[in-house]
Amino acid sequence: MKPITWAALLGLAVVLVFLLSIRLGSVDLSTGEVFAALLGEGDINIRRIVVELRAPRAVMAILVGGGLSLSGAVFQALLRNPLAEPYILGISGGAATGAVLALAMGLAASLSWALPAAAFTGALLAIVLVLRVAATADHGVDVRVLLLAGVVVGAFFTACMSFVLSISDARTVRSAVLWMMGSLAGSDWRTVWMVTLYTLPAAIMLVGLARPLNLLAIGEETAGFLGADVERVKRVAYVLASLLTAAGVAATGVIGFVGLIVPHSVRLLVGGDYRVLLPLAFLTGAVFLTLADIVARTVMSPAEVPIGVITAFVGVPLFLLLLRRSVGAGASHGIGSQMVTESTGPAGARVAKRSAR
Amino acid sequence: MSESSASNDGSAALGATKLRVHYLNAPAPALDSVSITVPRGSFYVVLGPNGSGKSTLLRALLGMVPHAAGQAHMFGRPVSDWDRRALAREAGVVTQSESLAFPITVRELVAMGRYPYLGALQSETPSDKEAISNAMRMCDVENLAQRFLSTLSGGEIQRTRVARALAQEPNVLLLDEPTASLDVRHEMEILELLRASADHGMTVFLITHHLDLAARFADRLLLLDRGRVAAEGEPQEVLQGETLERVYEWPISVSNDPATGVPRVTPLSTSSGLRPPPAPDQDPDS
Repeated sequence: MKPITWAALLGLAVVLVFLLSIRLGSVDLSTGEVFAALLGEGDINIRRIVVELRAPRAVMAILVGGGLSLSGAVFQALLRNPLAEPYILGISGGAATGAVLALAMGLAASLSWALPAAAFTGALLAIVLVLRVAATADHGVDVRVLLLAGVVVGAFFTACMSFVLSISDARTVRSAVLWMMGSLAGSDWRTVWMVTLYTLPAAIMLVGLARPLNLLAIGEETAGFLGADVERVKRVAYVLASLLTAAGVAATGVIGFVGLIVPHSVRLLVGGDYRVLLPLAFLTGAVFLTLADIVARTVMSPAEVPIGVITAFVGVPLFLLLLRRSVGAGASHGIGSQMVTESTGPAGARVAKRSAR
Repeated sequence: MSESSASNDGSAALGATKLRVHYLNAPAPALDSVSITVPRGSFYVVLGPNGSGKSTLLRALLGMVPHAAGQAHMFGRPVSDWDRRALAREAGVVTQSESLAFPITVRELVAMGRYPYLGALQSETPSDKEAISNAMRMCDVENLAQRFLSTLSGGEIQRTRVARALAQEPNVLLLDEPTASLDVRHEMEILELLRASADHGMTVFLITHHLDLAARFADRLLLLDRGRVAAEGEPQEVLQGETLERVYEWPISVSNDPATGVPRVTPLSTSSGLRPPPAPDQDPDS
């Protein structure tokens, strides 16, 4: 199938799962009732359920699912690492520390915006810290240092969070654990607008970087020789993808797996061209997270299963299936296959120089 | 100074004036007061032992090395004045190696050569498509178009990378040991392609360890020794036994090859080289 066909199908799927998400829940609604409510007609109670509860929640699922998938794809290109995902550089650790502090100090209970604000602040702190560490003497960003710094900063924040949890009461610990598994339950229109404000511009600008991101996959030096402003691309991509992730985490907690498996699944279906991959990853992630949220709140209704559990339960088998298929196709070019044309890169040559003396 | 005026004038494709590169924490500079002129449309070959600064020179000529002092020029303009994309439309580069983070096909890799011509989301125009297919035809990788690079042989990968550089439609082609892993036929094919390109006006800047082939194909040779110019000029001038012995620290004989009419370089034997470990005493009684 052509990319444009995929895009059309996935766009249609987004609309369908959006409507499905509004229809299904503790009270199942008919399509007619949903449309009536969205147009401001029909029963006042149904209108409230649709407009104030389910619609913002469904929009949030689309934004966060799309944002995490897009950001995961960008981190994979930036770090040249198929294992990269949106939280790999410590954003989730920073956000969780902020969230847990807000919960432990009792701010989250009294002020509805305190939890997302604290989580977003923590995430920003992690983003800035990692970037500062990875900036080299000549103002470039070394992605190997970026990866190490991100993992270490994340571990540090996780330790901070563990410390706060260890001196908190049981109720705080339970809220914190639930927050860390992710939930779309708190979505209202104000949070939706906040997340939109970050997600849409960042997503559009990242899609605009698709071509240089393609070049990064074949190496920074070659990308530079082909005319890309490599340092600028790396910095902009890091900041945008991080903000995208931070906005999602602040609003919905840590939802795992989406940002790892959606980009890879799309890659297996349509190939590695980021001009196609990024928009399709956004749409696929939107569909996937909306479906996961429907399952999360209907499977044990009226109780909700943490959405992070669903994304893993549904996402992992699905992904393994795709992975098996790509390996089964007999190609050694599946995910994670690395190709080195020669053993002596610039670094190897430098070592050789030194040992020659 | 004659050197600087020569590399400044527009007849030179590439030029360096007192170029010096000292990497951080390196005991000695990688390049030291290197002044060269690569004439337009010439086949210019750079020789030198491992670590003599060949690859650094290639990068410094295109302004890709931090901490460089002195001047590098392309078509008479300091390389620092060139916009990166404009530079990539003039100069195509094939580095020693690159590693792929994700699977990619031959067609996709060659198409990346059009990056400096295309806008952020612009699709390939007919002229882009033509440049890509021309480059693939010249390097004989058309029949591999949809294959993934991870399934190719070393020679096929190198030809694909040369094709990508040619898809840039450059006026200058710089290559760092592109034929190091190739067999005789594929090596000769690439060198003859480069020679023909130079005859059609393209400037070719080639780094290699093959002294004999350099002598046959090059218009001019540059011999680097520990970051400095040891010799520069026509193949017969540069390939002198004495000079080569001093630079490579190995006994070398230079003769004239009757088959090709160019110097033939033969490394001789020496008693001062590396030694194998002493053979274990297999029969202690003897």
